[in-house]
Amino acid sequence: MSHASADSFVQSGIVARTLARRGRWRAPEILFWLAALASIWLLPDRHLILNEIAIIGLFAVSLDLILGYAGIVSLGHAAFFGLGAYTAGLIAKHFALDPLIGLVGAAATAAALGWVTSFLVLRGADLTRLMVTLGVALILAEVANQAAWLTGGADGLQGVIMPAILGRFEFDIFGTTAYVYSLAVTFVLFVIARRIVVSPFGLSLRAIRDNPLRARAVGIPVNARLIAVYTLAAAYAGVAGALLAQTTQFVSLDVIAFHRSADVLLVLVIGGTGYLYGGLVGAVVFKLLQDWLASITPQYWLFWIGLILIVLVLADRDRLTARLTAAWRARAPGPAGGAGPANGPHATPASGER
Amino acid sequence: MLTILFDGVAYGMLLFVLACGLAITLGLMNFVNLAHGAFAMAGGYVTAILINRWGLPFLATLPFAFLVPAAIGLVLERTLYVRLYHRGHLDQVLFSIGLVFMAVASVDWTMGSQQQFVTLPSWLKGRVDILGVQVGLYRSFIIVVCSVLVVALQLVLAKTRFGSRLRAAVDDPRVARGLGINVSAIFAVTFAFGSGLAGLGGALGAEILGLDPTFPLKFMIYFLIVVTVGGTTSLTGPFLASILLGVADVAGKYYVPSFGAFVIYSLMIVVLVLRPQGLFARAR
Repeated sequence: MSHASADSFVQSGIVARTLARRGRWRAPEILFWLAALASIWLLPDRHLILNEIAIIGLFAVSLDLILGYAGIVSLGHAAFFGLGAYTAGLIAKHFALDPLIGLVGAAATAAALGWVTSFLVLRGADLTRLMVTLGVALILAEVANQAAWLTGGADGLQGVIMPAILGRFEFDIFGTTAYVYSLAVTFVLFVIARRIVVSPFGLSLRAIRDNPLRARAVGIPVNARLIAVYTLAAAYAGVAGALLAQTTQFVSLDVIAFHRSADVLLVLVIGGTGYLYGGLVGAVVFKLLQDWLASITPQYWLFWIGLILIVLVLADRDRLTARLTAAWRARAPGPAGGAGPANGPHATPASGER
Repeated sequence: MLTILFDGVAYGMLLFVLACGLAITLGLMNFVNLAHGAFAMAGGYVTAILINRWGLPFLATLPFAFLVPAAIGLVLERTLYVRLYHRGHLDQVLFSIGLVFMAVASVDWTMGSQQQFVTLPSWLKGRVDILGVQVGLYRSFIIVVCSVLVVALQLVLAKTRFGSRLRAAVDDPRVARGLGINVSAIFAVTFAFGSGLAGLGGALGAEILGLDPTFPLKFMIYFLIVVTVGGTTSLTGPFLASILLGVADVAGKYYVPSFGAFVIYSLMIVVLVLRPQGLFARAR
C-alpha cells in the first residue's frame, strides 16, 4: 500500500517535471512573438491585413483546442465566431460600452452556447458530431438572417461605432490601434491556452483524443473534460469574432457563413494541428496566399483554396506537421533541446519500477 | 393540403435519387464525401447545356446526365478517393470540401454564376386535376421515374450477385478479398453508379431545386440529413428519411415560410441526439 503510494508520488513528480519542461518557452516561440511585435513598426502600411491575420489566428487557435487536443471535428465553428461578432456589435451599437466589455460579453455568450451545445456534441461519433456542429451553425445563421430587427439581416449590422479602448485609444483608419489591440488580445489568450494545454488538464485531453475508452478506464472524466474544452474553445472563437466586429465596425451574415468554418479548418490544417502555433502560422500563410492569389485571379480564389486543401490532404498533412514540429523542437537550443532525448532513458526505468 | 403532400413526396423522391449514392459511400463505405452534390450539379449542367446549346430533347439528355458524372466519379475514385478510404474523417472532410470549392469555382468560371434554366417539353408542363387534387405533371413524372429507380436499386442490392458482393465488401473488406471478391473494383463501380444517380437527380431536379454554381454547398446539408437521419444499414432508411424530409420541407415552406429551414435543422439535431445511429436503423 505504502509502496504503491510512494510509487505514484514518484510518477506524479515525473509528470510534473515533464509538464514543466514542456511548458518552458523556447527561443523560436519568443522570436515568433518578437517578430509579431516588431511588425507594428516594420510594416506600418500593412496593419489592416495584419489585424485580420491576428483575428483568424486566434480563431484557428480556438479550433485547435478542440480539434488538435480533444479530437472533435467541427464543421460549424463559425457559430461561435458569429455569435461573438454579433454580441460585440450589438453591445457597441446599443450601449456604447468599452470594447473590452464587449469582448467579455462576446466570450460569455459564445461560451454559454458552447456549453449548451457541447452536450449535443458529446453524443455519437465523428459523423454525428460533424452534422450536429454544422446544424447548430446553420440554425444560428438562419436566426441571424431572420431576426432582421436585431441583426440587420442580410444588410448586416450597421451603425456600429466603437468607443475608444479604455477611453484613450481611438480606432484609426490605418488599423494601427486595431492591430495592436487584436495582437495584444490574441497574445494574452494564446498564453493562457498554452498554459492550459501543458497542464494535467491538457494532457488528459490528449489521452481522450488518442483513445477515449482507455482514457475513461484510467479514470479521466471524459465527458466533463470535453464539455470544458468545448466551452473554452467557444469562448475563444467568440472573442475572435468580437475582435473582427470591433475593428471593422461592421457585422454581416458573412461572419457565420459555412465558408468561414471551412476556412478556419484550412488555416489550421495549413499550419498543422495539435501544437497551437499551427493556427497562427496557418493564418499568416493563408492571408498572404489569399492576398497574392486574389491579386492574380480575384474571382476564383475559391478554386485555389480547394486545390490547396486537396494537395495538403494527399501529401499527408500529418507527416508534414510532424516534420514541422520536429524542426521546431530541433531549433530550440540549449537545455530545452538537449533535455528531450536525455529524459527518455530517465523516464523508462521509473515506469519500469512498477 | 394533398397537393402539398404530393409535391413533398416528389421532392423527397428526388432527394433520395440525389442522395442514395451518398448513402452508400458515406453510410456503407464510411467515407465522409461532402462533394456528392458536385456530381449532382455536373448532371444538371450536362442537361442544361445539351438542351440549351445543342437543342436536344429533355429525355434524350437524361442518359448523358447519368453517364458524364458517373465517368467523372469513376476517374476521381480511381485517382484520388481510393487513397483516402483508410484515412481519418478529418482528411476526408477536408479533401471533399476542397473538391466542392474547386467544382463551384470551375462552374462559375465556365458557365457564369447565373441560374441555369432547363426547358421542359410541353407534355410535362402544367397540372391536371385528379379527384379534386391539383397534380403537377412534371412532379408525377419525377415520382414515376424515381419509384422505378428505387425498386430497381433495391432489387439490385438484394437479389443480384453484384449486390451480395457489395454487401460483403462493405461488411468486411478483408474477408471479402480473401474470398476472391475484387473489393476495389466493386467500390469503384458503386461509387461511379452513385455519382451517376446523383447526376440524374441533378438533371431531374434542375427545374425544382434550381441550378447554379453554389448547388453543391446549398444542398450538401440535405444529402447529409437524408443519410444520417435515415441510418445506414439499408436503403429503406434513407428512402423514408428523404420522403419525410421532402414533405416536411415543402410543408414548412408553405405554412411557416420564415421558419422552414429552422424546423428541418432542429429536427435533424434532435434526431441525431436521440438516435445517433439514425432514425430507422437498429442500434448496433
